[in-house]
Amino acid sequence: MVGQNHDGGPDPNLAHHFESMDQQRQSTKLGMWLFLATEILFFGGLFVFYTVYRGNHPEVFVFGAHFLDTALGALNTVVLIFSSFTIAWAVRAAQLKQVKLLKWLIIATMLCAFTFMGVKYIEYSAKWKHGLLWAGSYNPHLDHDAPHDVVAVEGEVHTAEADVEIVEIEEVQHVSEGEIVEPIVTDVAIEPVAEVADPGRSTIAPAAEGPGGLATPEAVVAEDVMPVEPANAKIFFSIYFMMTGLHGIHVLGGIVAMLWLLKCLRRGDFDTGHFTKIDMVALYWHVVDIIWIYLFLLLYLID
Amino acid sequence: MIATGLLKLLTAVTGSLPDDDGSSFWMPPQVSTVAQGVDWLFNFILAISVFFFLLIVVAMVIFVIKYRYKEGQTAEESPTHNMALELTWTVIPLILVIAIFIFGFKGYLDMSTPPSNAYEVLVEGQKWNWSFTYPNGYIDSDLHVPVDRPIRLVMGSQDVIHSLYIPAFRVKMDVVPGRYAKAWFQATKPGEYDLFCAEYCGTSHSDMIAHVIVHPVGEFETWLEKASNFLETMTPVDAGRKLFQVRGCQQCHSTDGSAKTGPSLLGVFGRTQNLADGSTITVDENYIRESVLEPQARVVAGFEPVMPTYQGRLSDPEIMAIIEYFKALDGASSEE
Amino acid sequence: MAVDTLAADGAAVGNPNRANYLNTGSGVLSWLFTLDHKRIGVMYLVAITTSFFLGGVFALLVRTELLTSGPTIMTADAYNKMFTLHGAVMIFLFIIPGIPAALGNFVLPLMLGAKDVALPRLNLTSFWFWMIGAVFAVSSIIIGAVDTGWTFYTPYSTTTGTAVISMTLGVFILGFSSIFTGLNFIVTIHKMRPEGMTWFKMPLFLWGLYSTAIIQVLATPILGITLLLLVAERALGVGIFDPTLGGDPVLFQHFFWFYSHPAVYIMILPAMGIISELVAVFSGKHIFGYKFIAWSSIAIALLSFLVWGHHMFTSGQSGITNMIFSALTFSVAIPSAVKVFNWLSTMYKGSIRLLTPMLYVLSFLFLFAIGGLTGLFLGALSVDIHLHDTYFVVAHFHYVMFGGTVIAFLGGLHYWWPKMFGRMYSERWGQVSALLIFVGFNLTFFTQFVMGSHGMPRRYYNYVEEFTTLHQASTVGSYVLALGFFIMAGYLIHSLFRGKPAPANPWGSVTLEWETSSPPVAHNFDHDFLAGDPYDLKSLKYDPATQGWVRKDPQSIILSEGGAH
Repeated sequence: MVGQNHDGGPDPNLAHHFESMDQQRQSTKLGMWLFLATEILFFGGLFVFYTVYRGNHPEVFVFGAHFLDTALGALNTVVLIFSSFTIAWAVRAAQLKQVKLLKWLIIATMLCAFTFMGVKYIEYSAKWKHGLLWAGSYNPHLDHDAPHDVVAVEGEVHTAEADVEIVEIEEVQHVSEGEIVEPIVTDVAIEPVAEVADPGRSTIAPAAEGPGGLATPEAVVAEDVMPVEPANAKIFFSIYFMMTGLHGIHVLGGIVAMLWLLKCLRRGDFDTGHFTKIDMVALYWHVVDIIWIYLFLLLYLID
Repeated sequence: MIATGLLKLLTAVTGSLPDDDGSSFWMPPQVSTVAQGVDWLFNFILAISVFFFLLIVVAMVIFVIKYRYKEGQTAEESPTHNMALELTWTVIPLILVIAIFIFGFKGYLDMSTPPSNAYEVLVEGQKWNWSFTYPNGYIDSDLHVPVDRPIRLVMGSQDVIHSLYIPAFRVKMDVVPGRYAKAWFQATKPGEYDLFCAEYCGTSHSDMIAHVIVHPVGEFETWLEKASNFLETMTPVDAGRKLFQVRGCQQCHSTDGSAKTGPSLLGVFGRTQNLADGSTITVDENYIRESVLEPQARVVAGFEPVMPTYQGRLSDPEIMAIIEYFKALDGASSEE
Repeated sequence: MAVDTLAADGAAVGNPNRANYLNTGSGVLSWLFTLDHKRIGVMYLVAITTSFFLGGVFALLVRTELLTSGPTIMTADAYNKMFTLHGAVMIFLFIIPGIPAALGNFVLPLMLGAKDVALPRLNLTSFWFWMIGAVFAVSSIIIGAVDTGWTFYTPYSTTTGTAVISMTLGVFILGFSSIFTGLNFIVTIHKMRPEGMTWFKMPLFLWGLYSTAIIQVLATPILGITLLLLVAERALGVGIFDPTLGGDPVLFQHFFWFYSHPAVYIMILPAMGIISELVAVFSGKHIFGYKFIAWSSIAIALLSFLVWGHHMFTSGQSGITNMIFSALTFSVAIPSAVKVFNWLSTMYKGSIRLLTPMLYVLSFLFLFAIGGLTGLFLGALSVDIHLHDTYFVVAHFHYVMFGGTVIAFLGGLHYWWPKMFGRMYSERWGQVSALLIFVGFNLTFFTQFVMGSHGMPRRYYNYVEEFTTLHQASTVGSYVLALGFFIMAGYLIHSLFRGKPAPANPWGSVTLEWETSSPPVAHNFDHDFLAGDPYDLKSLKYDPATQGWVRKDPQSIILSEGGAH
């Protein structure tokens, strides 16, 4: 009969107000899906803001993305995808009453989560060091000790929007993330800046003079040029920190949930093949993973 | 025929028949070209609303009386649904609201499309006053316009969102910082009308009132000429007072001794003032001029450094006039 | 079978001293840590009525200041805080949790013949979140309050010196309370209906709660992120709404109203659900047009997401945008009209008892009709340009929120009061209070329509002389309203101690909550149900011995004897 374990007595996991384990499981599942819908909507607001701002000021995003280390972002993506795999496997292990395996899979997922947070710490502290913070605290400093392979140009110059030719940074690994170095003078050609259709929004730097901050076009830079810093570049970092910060808080929440699962495991909750709890946490974790993937695509991979 | 008659009856009953100036129980005077259209639609919706409201309330009262509970009796059998009825009271309201929508949209198009030969006035809204800049550069705190001429307002805000609202003209537009807002109207009757701020903006939001003065034919140009030359036609003290009033000074500086956001200017000239950095100064022409052009340079002790600069916004003759006005605020004469 | 219709000694009616959910377990902790939906509902009831009185005090202060056209009893800054707090407290602490939390929590499982909601711990969490949010809100009031208006428009809200962050954090937390309640109700209605209760055999109050819950779950997260962005803007200067950093102040309005418009339907849909229940019972008749009423609730919930821009017709958004929002706004009027006509049809050829709950139904029909119809004025673009941000809007939303939601809430409170507390209140004082509230309300708010159409802007501390008489009339009305509520508080509290013990089914309703004692035992029911038509009023007969109603055939709805888990 439903609601009973194999001894014929009521399943100890069955709450008093439910008729059957099936009803309980279905209710819990529906509840979790609804909660996840609210999470998607919650982040959705930030994605809408991203879309609106990027639609109006794409140059801000193209500029800002250069300060994100794509390799680290990719590493975090792989780590989270792997952790989704381990937790999905954990659900299976719970269904098959493989308690020991379950324990290690939960721990593995947690380790991935910790790795993710560790990488985020590295990224955040690099930004902090260089003053690349959200708008209110945006204060980029030059780093004089860095090798001079890459050059950046600073200044309050308005750029034409996607019409600026931005030369790829060749040797990003020579510059620690977020660094801005002093301009050095070598020969290079600067691509001309094209006309902008809507003069109401940005002013055009005449091609002959090149981007502001430089004496003459010939006097500028090495073979690789950082794009000119657009006005309001700091908004990129506002968006970056808000989106990844909110996501990071949810990763921490996931870690707490996994600690709770370990506590339940030690209590013996999973000995009978009961797997709803881990199923729910896994669902949550998958959503956290998916959101990260979108963040990676939208923040790191713009260039 | 019957419909018009019924409409007339309803509008009379609901007090929406206009007086001579267009005002009614519900509406202020109709002073712009769009006001009649707006009021017509208001009355149309009012008529529909009154009709349905009476239908509902009268039915309710009749039912309560006719079908009231009687001891020992239960409700007689009656249907619990009726598709025809449902469709009727869905479709008829639908048609009515579509009509309302169409009229509203058409009226809106008229209200948001200025004619090409409009006379343009720039409007600046700030906490908590309006200033209007006429094409010749003259700035006033009231909006003067010629009658029967389309006027286009190009509006900006210095700080938060405000909203320019002239009830008699049925015109309203939010003034948002960071962009230009536009509105237009054409006044049809000379007179003086209220202009309110209709978007909450802080402490003195309700005092952010200006006046719209509609000049009869031919008189607007005369007024503008005279007003623009106030520096020549008025005494320096009067000109200084006018500037003090229309250029946003008086919202923060009183002339009666009471401290507001800024120090009172009663008796300011010649007095010894303590400054925020601990030093003192005797207020003379140079200090006043500096306070107008570089207000943060030497702030009076006990006040916040929040005064905006008038660099580029006040000419030298204007500053001179203001200084003369301040000199006259000595508390002895009846200036203020 | 009602558990207590006849006690062993033949003593009929209810016995409030018999074991029930109120006296099972005593002490503050047994309440604060309860998982019983009934106790949670009662705690919410206390919480929101307290908030209503707090919000009401702010309202009376606002109206008193407006007795004269100049300063009356406070400074401009104080006034700006008063109207802000009135709005914020009423909306976030009272009316949004309102009916779902205080009445829904209690009634929903009972109407389903269930022992509790699907997720009782989540329910308790939801209540705790309300408390925590309330603490933040009250702290904000204490440390200096907020003066932005409840709508927190930027850039004013990002630059003012008042305690915006603590208030917005409070509202953020309250948002979670709302989400969790909605989530719980959706799951409960989906998964815990009894045998025989298909979707179209559910009482209409549940359709109201269900469609409300959809909005709560889908819209509230947007409020959450909006408030978080506002806090970030103030605390960190992130620059989203700041024009000097390329941000857009109007974007805030889009974000804000995307939640706040659906929110007003969170307020009205449960109210409409209550009216459906009351109008049928007190007309002694089956509800008319069940399916249309049910579907209209869903339609309103879905359409509510499409009309937020009608709050922004003068914000500078494009003509096309304005046109689309205006058109969609009118669409949402139709389902509401359909409901009103169906309720009236329910009264037709009924057997109408003018008891207190029914007086509130009549009030609702009168006041909500005005509120809804005045929405038409505001949906019409050209007319809205004139009426936006005037007292016409203030009158409109008070007619729908107060004249609609609060009146329905009061009707529901008087209807379920005997069930919740096992006591009847004084019918005469109930009628007095209902009349005072009706008269006071109209005096307070009808004058505001006229003020508004004449150009009186809202949120005004001072006003031009011509509006003085209307304002004074409005203020007098507000005092009459206050009197009505004080009288109500008096007789309701009195009934808790001295009220006549209530029978299981005092009004003659067929929904399942009346199948248990008044008040219910802790576990609600002793058996499972086979549900029938919830409006089959003919299946009841009046029992003079208990002064209540009983089923003609009690066994017809029982599924199995005993068998409780």
